[in-house]
Amino acid sequence: MRIGVFICHCGKNIAGVIDIKRLTSSVSELEEVYYATDYVYLCSEPGQKAIQDQIKELGLTHIVVAACSPKMHAATFAQALEDAGVNAYLLEIANIREQCSWVHPHEPEEATDKAFELIKAGVAKVGQAVPLQPLSVPLNRKVMVVGGGIAGIQAALDIANGGFEVYLVERTPSLGGHMAQLSETFPTLDCSSCILTPRMVEAAKHPKIHLYTYSEVKEVQGVVGQYKVKIEQKPRYVDPVKCTGCGDCTEVCPVIVPNEFEQSLGGRKAIYVPFSQAVPLKYTIDLENCLNTRELVVCDQCYRACGPKAINYLMEPKEEEIEVGAIVVATGYDLMPVEDLKEYGGGLYPDVVSGLEFERLVTASGPTSGVVRRPSDGKIPKRIVFIQCAGSRDPEHGCAYCSKICCMYTAKHAFMFKHAVPDGEVFVFYIDVRAAGKGYEEFVQRVMEEERIAYLRGKVSKVFQRDDKLIVWGSDTLTGMAVEIEADMVVLAPAVVPSKGAKELAKLFKTPVNEYGFLDEVHPKLRPVESSAMGVYLAGAAQAPKDIPDSVSQASAAASKVLGLFSQEELALEPIKAEVNLDNCDGCALCVGVCPYGAISLVQDEPDGPRHIQVHKALCQGCGVCMATCPKEGVNVAGFTLAQLREQLRAMLK
Amino acid sequence: MEIAYFPGCTLKTTAKSFETSALAIAESLGLDIKELPEWTCCGTVYSLAEDDLMKQLGPIRTLARAEGLGYSTLTTLCSMCYNTLVQAKQFVAGDSVRLQKINNFMEEESDYTGTVEIKHFLTLLMELGLDRLKEAVQRDLAGRKIACYYGCLLLRPESASIDDCEQPQILEQLMQALGAEPVFFPYQVECCGSYLTAVKPDIVARRAYRILENARENGAEAIITSCPLCSFNLKDRQKNIKAIYPGFKDIPVYYFTEIMSEALGITKTVENS
Ligand SMILES: Cc1cc2nc3c(=O)[nH]c(=O)nc-3n(C[C@H](O)[C@H](O)[C@H](O)COP(=O)(O)OP(=O)(O)OC[C@H]3O[C@@H](n4cnc5c(N)ncnc54)[C@H](O)[C@@H]3O)c2cc1C
Ligand code: SF4
Ligand code: SF4
Repeated sequence: MRIGVFICHCGKNIAGVIDIKRLTSSVSELEEVYYATDYVYLCSEPGQKAIQDQIKELGLTHIVVAACSPKMHAATFAQALEDAGVNAYLLEIANIREQCSWVHPHEPEEATDKAFELIKAGVAKVGQAVPLQPLSVPLNRKVMVVGGGIAGIQAALDIANGGFEVYLVERTPSLGGHMAQLSETFPTLDCSSCILTPRMVEAAKHPKIHLYTYSEVKEVQGVVGQYKVKIEQKPRYVDPVKCTGCGDCTEVCPVIVPNEFEQSLGGRKAIYVPFSQAVPLKYTIDLENCLNTRELVVCDQCYRACGPKAINYLMEPKEEEIEVGAIVVATGYDLMPVEDLKEYGGGLYPDVVSGLEFERLVTASGPTSGVVRRPSDGKIPKRIVFIQCAGSRDPEHGCAYCSKICCMYTAKHAFMFKHAVPDGEVFVFYIDVRAAGKGYEEFVQRVMEEERIAYLRGKVSKVFQRDDKLIVWGSDTLTGMAVEIEADMVVLAPAVVPSKGAKELAKLFKTPVNEYGFLDEVHPKLRPVESSAMGVYLAGAAQAPKDIPDSVSQASAAASKVLGLFSQEELALEPIKAEVNLDNCDGCALCVGVCPYGAISLVQDEPDGPRHIQVHKALCQGCGVCMATCPKEGVNVAGFTLAQLREQLRAMLK
Repeated sequence: MEIAYFPGCTLKTTAKSFETSALAIAESLGLDIKELPEWTCCGTVYSLAEDDLMKQLGPIRTLARAEGLGYSTLTTLCSMCYNTLVQAKQFVAGDSVRLQKINNFMEEESDYTGTVEIKHFLTLLMELGLDRLKEAVQRDLAGRKIACYYGCLLLRPESASIDDCEQPQILEQLMQALGAEPVFFPYQVECCGSYLTAVKPDIVARRAYRILENARENGAEAIITSCPLCSFNLKDRQKNIKAIYPGFKDIPVYYFTEIMSEALGITKTVENS
């Protein structure tokens, strides 16, 4: 064994504090060290070459680099070692920058001593290291995308266009998500359906995309590269192959119920499509409202009207198992129910509506054909109060975060209302206007100034009804005045919350969610579309409140991660994984329960033989909880074995 | 199960009718309520300043005493007492350092451990169940239009609230069970002006005027409350209101227990009031 130590100056970052000369000479004197030297920037091209040259010249077998955090450059140095013929796992980084020179800038003497200790520990650890090889596991190059909103559609299209098969699972009868409900879109005011529906059709027609609408994920097993997923297709009671989408059935159905797509502002029949551009354009019977039950058929109007005889009242749910290598979760968002916003009269007064309801009221295809009419009496409102941050930025309502899209869509709504009702008056209550997107601030400014919208900086304390008016009490914090506005209608911008069932779904995928239930990424800055479960990627508003441009960008980013993964035939994994030591493991199973990734199982080689654990390498993330738990050294994480850690510690304490 | 009753100062003085009616109701419904011996000040507004442990001594001493006597539940009528006791309990819950300090101050009491549950009288009634209350009605209040006024202390902060703090319904439910007709009353949780009544009675009169007029506009013939201070501001300040708004007409303000005891046929309390 010939251990070489390379000490980096990092310009003045390290050398400005630490006495490199003294450090290098004391390191050289260590018995275990064959060679030690220093260099001004080790991570630079010539720096790396200096290491490689010494490896070749002196036949160094193990390397310690004393420099910055391993998070910064461990990969760089590992590659340099590999290129010079030394296994990447025979490298140890002693972090003498973040953990030494940066935190002890005023104690150069002690810092130098500490750097020496850190290097000594690194030398001790690398002395116990063994070469490791990346693991290779089979990779099924198909992907499942969950959620058929704009994010899911975009991810599916990008991956399919990259040449891989996609299963797109949407739980409602149609693709589209919330974007299908929108009228026009900020900041450019292009019509939402016009830009969305072509995408929906493209996804449905794509030969590589298998569409599962009205379907839900029931079970997920396996790991990256080899997931097995059970999907349940709920019965539409209409054979999608036979249904031509003519709509003859809807005409004759006697049952009218509130239409979810119209936010209950309009009606639909028990046999329906959510909206006229639905994809696929296949009708669905909502059995909860249909006059028939599973046991009893009392109405057969639609059956008789249906030319191609597509209706089948006895259809059963269908379960299908698919196998995929990666998953994109794009399950989107919901709005906090207005009923939870009682201080604003939510759920109490019909003319207090949510942003999405307003969206339907200004849409040409909406229940009022785009004429803004208030729900209570159908009158055209003259004075509207918009309340931003209704529930958002409000820990009392459990949503301390900013919902991000409301400032923008409120400005859009104000604009659209003023164009529909030119003599109308608009008041907007806001905390502060957050318009930090391309063209966003300009849009808001234009709305405020050209449309003469009264923006009041402050919160509303109460909304209540007096005769047929809504009285809004609030404060204008810029003038310090209490204001009372008599309005015809109040539009809330309720907090954006994760879509229903997102938490349960995340559990199936073993992906963490944050305190609010939004899916968590591994790293908020550097790995924003990966979840901590390898092979599970995030897209759209399921991860955090997002507008369309951000949802689409993230979807494409998730797709590119999947395509990157699929560029390999087999999956290469870091070998830093738990390994059982069969001599010591007696199958006590203490570690089985503590593993946060469920990577450990208990096995028996022969029916009556001794039991021991087995580690599923693809699941294991190398966290080491098992190793710390096992009282018998029955399990070790490669690259961080107990022997390595023990020597490291011993060197430090010596 | 016997429940400790903490009256607080006002119930023994200006709000005497609140207490007599409530105790009569408790008796007729079989609620086993017994006044806590040697009770002390609830802490009132002073204990709501969180930065001074000393001021929590009043409410915590009361809780310690109830605990020492083996009570698991303590009830109050006055909204202020309810609020200070609940907040004092929350103030030391899970903070052993604070609790220890306070206990050290109260050598004469057994240590408070935090087991006593504080329930407003309204909550006790709800726990009996609306059906049970309906059964007990002797004189239906049919046609009596009532505005239920909560003020703040039953509802704020949210952690101390006896009901939904934005749209409470507990008084309305009670009135409905008694056969009365609670009216739509958006000012149900508006501030009554509170202690400003002592220094700026005119401000309070103006506030009370708006609250009372809002109740009247919505058809109420009477207003009920559970807070002696609200009651004072809404009822006794009607004199001041008249000085500012000469056209103002009196509107009766009752404690909810007064109306209730009328419904349960315990007439004497209402006659007293
Ligand atoms: C009132 C309002 C106005 C807006 N206006 C604009 C605008 O003008 N411009 C703009 O850029 N943005 C706007 N937005 C934001 C826009 O709606 C979102 O950015 C966008 O819809 C996010 O897309 P998504 O695909 O991530 O989520 P969603 O649109 O919510 O789609 C998620 C999809 O996943 C499905 N799903 C959920 N759970 C499951 C499950 N378990 N299994 C299967 N499928 C599931 C849902 O049914 C849905 O189809 C507005 C939002 C609101 C509320
Ligand atoms: S069978 Fe059901 S869906 Fe069909 S027409 Fe009758 S009620 Fe409507
Ligand atoms: S290292 Fe962590 S993830 Fe791997 S098996 Fe052990 S406990 Fe599980």
